[in-house]
Amino acid sequence: MASEDAESEDIRMNTPKDLLYTKSHEWVRMDGDAAYVGLTDFAQDALGDLVFVNLPEVGDAVEAGEVFADVESVKAVSDVYSPLTGEVEEINEELLDAPEKINEDPYGAWFVKVANISDKEELLSAEEYEKVCEEEA
Amino acid sequence: MGSYVPSTADERKQMLNAVGLSSMDDLYSDVPSNVKLDSLNLPSGKSELTVAAEMEELADKNVVFKSIFRGAGSYNHYIPAIVKSVTSKEEFLTAYTPYQAEVSQGILQSIFEYQTMICELTGMDVSNASVYDGASAAAEAVAMCKDRKRTKALISATAHPHVIQTVQTYCMGAGTECIVVPAKDGKTDMEALGSLLEDKGVACVYVQQPNFYGQMEDCDGVSALAHDKGAKFIMGCNPIALAIMKTPKECGADIAVGEGQPLGMPMAFGGPYLGFMAATKAMMRKLPGRIVGETVDVHGERAFVLTLQAREQHIRREKASSNICSNQALCALTASVYMTAMGKEGMQEAATQCLSKAHYLADQLTSIDGVDLVYTGEYFHEFVTTCPVDKEVLLKELEKEGILGGYPIEEGILWCTTEKNTKAQIDALVSAVRRVVK
Amino acid sequence: MKLIFEKSREGIGCSILPDCDVPVCSLSDGQKRQEAWKLPQIAEVDISRHYKELVKRVHGVNDGFYPLGSCTMKYNPQVNEEMAKLPGFTGIHPLQPADTVQGCLSVIKELETDLCEITGMDGMTMQPAAGAHGEFTGLLLIKAYLQAKGETKRTKIIVPDSAHGTNPASASMAGFDIVNIPSNEEGCVDLEALRAAVGEDTAGLMLTNPNTVGIFDKNILDITSIIHEAGGLCYYDGANLNAIMGIVRPGDMGFDVIHLNLHKTFSTPHGGGGPGAGAVGCKEFLKPFLPDDYVVETESGLAMVTPEQTIGRVKEFYGNFLVVVKALAYVKTLGKEGIPEASSNAVLNANYMRVCLKDTYDMAYEGICMHEFVMTLEKLHHDKDVSALDVAKMLLDNGIHPPTMYFPLIVHEALMVEPTETESKETLDHAVEVFKKIYATAMENPEILHQCPMTTPVGRLDEVRAARNPVLKYE
Repeated sequence: MASEDAESEDIRMNTPKDLLYTKSHEWVRMDGDAAYVGLTDFAQDALGDLVFVNLPEVGDAVEAGEVFADVESVKAVSDVYSPLTGEVEEINEELLDAPEKINEDPYGAWFVKVANISDKEELLSAEEYEKVCEEEA
Repeated sequence: MGSYVPSTADERKQMLNAVGLSSMDDLYSDVPSNVKLDSLNLPSGKSELTVAAEMEELADKNVVFKSIFRGAGSYNHYIPAIVKSVTSKEEFLTAYTPYQAEVSQGILQSIFEYQTMICELTGMDVSNASVYDGASAAAEAVAMCKDRKRTKALISATAHPHVIQTVQTYCMGAGTECIVVPAKDGKTDMEALGSLLEDKGVACVYVQQPNFYGQMEDCDGVSALAHDKGAKFIMGCNPIALAIMKTPKECGADIAVGEGQPLGMPMAFGGPYLGFMAATKAMMRKLPGRIVGETVDVHGERAFVLTLQAREQHIRREKASSNICSNQALCALTASVYMTAMGKEGMQEAATQCLSKAHYLADQLTSIDGVDLVYTGEYFHEFVTTCPVDKEVLLKELEKEGILGGYPIEEGILWCTTEKNTKAQIDALVSAVRRVVK
Repeated sequence: MKLIFEKSREGIGCSILPDCDVPVCSLSDGQKRQEAWKLPQIAEVDISRHYKELVKRVHGVNDGFYPLGSCTMKYNPQVNEEMAKLPGFTGIHPLQPADTVQGCLSVIKELETDLCEITGMDGMTMQPAAGAHGEFTGLLLIKAYLQAKGETKRTKIIVPDSAHGTNPASASMAGFDIVNIPSNEEGCVDLEALRAAVGEDTAGLMLTNPNTVGIFDKNILDITSIIHEAGGLCYYDGANLNAIMGIVRPGDMGFDVIHLNLHKTFSTPHGGGGPGAGAVGCKEFLKPFLPDDYVVETESGLAMVTPEQTIGRVKEFYGNFLVVVKALAYVKTLGKEGIPEASSNAVLNANYMRVCLKDTYDMAYEGICMHEFVMTLEKLHHDKDVSALDVAKMLLDNGIHPPTMYFPLIVHEALMVEPTETESKETLDHAVEVFKKIYATAMENPEILHQCPMTTPVGRLDEVRAARNPVLKYE
């Protein structure tokens, strides 16, 4: 990430309690056997205005800890890591045309729905994730 | 003698004092002394007059042909005077990549206009700001198509041999398997192409239109075959021919590339030339290199800026799929001014004259015993004939008359005409050939 | 201002071509273009005025100081331009017989010989069109050499974190894996990190010296021998050669392959982004791998040959030949005295500016710099919310092209200043004054900087809008 605006800003701690998080700033919302995955508020704020998102295709396999998507701001491309191992059941096509939704509503702007989950990364609670953010800021 | 440093000895001393050093040598105290150079083994610097004389002497050692019937990737088209005058302007010449958009609107707008003209010419949705030349454009296009599942590239044997070699070099680097599709009767062998496409690992097919032999390929057919198997179709195009021939868009190409030299650049022993690249909207974010986009400034006025930069090497580093971080801006400008000066009708006229003169030349040449067309398909402004005598002997004889004849290839001689070849030149060439062949 | 398409009027145009003097033919229906298209329809006078209006919106080297770090925006001598317009160069077909192009071949061979002398290399190709293109070519030489030796396990290229972004991108294009190594506190290669990084998988190292923070790495001989002892090759990124020409040669520092940017170091113009030229030089043992069409001397004069184990071609013909012509005119003009004089004055100018500014701006690194220096505006950003970008934009209002911003990545809020040798003390003094004035404004009234530039043809641009909804052509 460019060093321009990574510091000094107050961290807005919008971390809903009902979600799980990763150290690499993804969130997970379990939905039965499947799960929705997106990018946290802290991450979107640090990245700045997003202009494009690259999503996998339905049916693609994703692996916990591996890159499954990327997001572009004007001056950076950042990888998004999958918190889960499984298969992409659905993608949020709306984001392809309107990546700004990630900035506006990070917890509504899910990237993919993952099904057939066979493995998970070590997921954090909201409190644990907030600590990670504090350390990074 | 021979310096562009504008400071006096006294000023240099003042500057050294300010830095706290006593000699120029002190500036290099970090350089290990055992590798420091005493002096260069080069001639002393020379005056401008002497340099100009020496360079002119070198230029005079070349033979400038008045009558040129050779193409094969570099074409002797007429360059309107306005093209040369615009592209010599110092501001265009001495600026760098337009990073500071506020003081680079002239370059940015000229590139935006270039991108628009390339889209018009090819029919494609988006164009980049250009790359090094037609061969590297083909290689970059192949790289755009490769993904995790599809890692092989097909290139027709009828493409320019140098383009094939360049694509092979890039593929060697990237670990892409590059397979040459055989030719049949001077065109891409469609049957062979069909069976090569059975391989699910094929990412793309590259075919040149008109091809190296001047023949018109069945690009609709290539496109259909490729798309049927999920591969992309890259069409290499001659930009002058595009004024009258079926466009990549009409043929269904995913990417159109080509050598832009015919658009106002001199042959100049091979460069600088221009690689143009245009693609469908779906492939926009895979286009390598610079792209200029329209936006507004803080006052809401229309303005232009380098955009989609996040794809680029300085951001993606080792994840970048291309390392290109410049364009041939001045050559792109050249092409824009050329297309503007010629206009649509002018370009159609140039293309029609290229085509007509080639056919007139072919008719005349083939009236000579032993000179026949090697390939009988439709052609644009190049064609191959047999040669009943030693090719080199014939070409040497033509040289003596101030004529650069066709390009000798394995199959015969590859002739080319442009709008610059007058009927009188063509007739003179034909009589000369007739004399030698007899 | 209007686009050229917006100035178009039906029925207007230039008359360029005569009527066709042979029977007119056309393509068959199946091959004919059906799709409608448009180009501007404009009289020559209005074409001329359109581009005149555009050049007024461009800042080139001839418009004023252009200290764009890493880009060596030196003056582009006029005689070079004139030589590149000689019909004896522009009118030559690239596939003419060798005996009719001896002048062109001499230009290439002479420049090769001179540049080999300047860099300590044994052979050079002029084929690559730009620095990045040269990097790719040079890395392929390394790859082909290692393959020929059967050393296929050497797959890693070591790149310092201060490197130009093209270095890792080029290495990746050439099929190598990249190992990033951190720089030490002085901005130079951390020898311990380098020793830890090398091994049986090392193909080579890519290095810029002086490096991207403008410092000559004094451990250079240790660095190259660590790589050689590990069995790798050393690649020299010639972006910064302008600091050391005629003083020390990359070949003597232990480098095996090098690319030069003729459009930086050898005074050929940048053309708004190109055409440049990225000559690639190498030591004797790599010459058999050079790109196809290498000029050699034969009994019947100069000729083009295919090197035995060539990597192939990276470009359609022999490179940006007219750029090569310009570079040769430059080298002839400077000669053995002028070349080191250019470099040492480039270094002097940079140091002079650095010293004049060091009490106002924070320098990223202390001590003597080479041809450029890097300032860090981190403190200014923190205290006054004035970024490197803001300072750059205020420079624009003062007729100075800003330094390179936000590079190298290892320095926060970086401004990288490269004055070059072709600027007078007067120009430097003026620039120093402007930099100081901007600093004073930043301290007293930082808000002003956020509004800059105010005098340029357009104000700051909305880059997010451009990237979110790309409009890439006029419709």
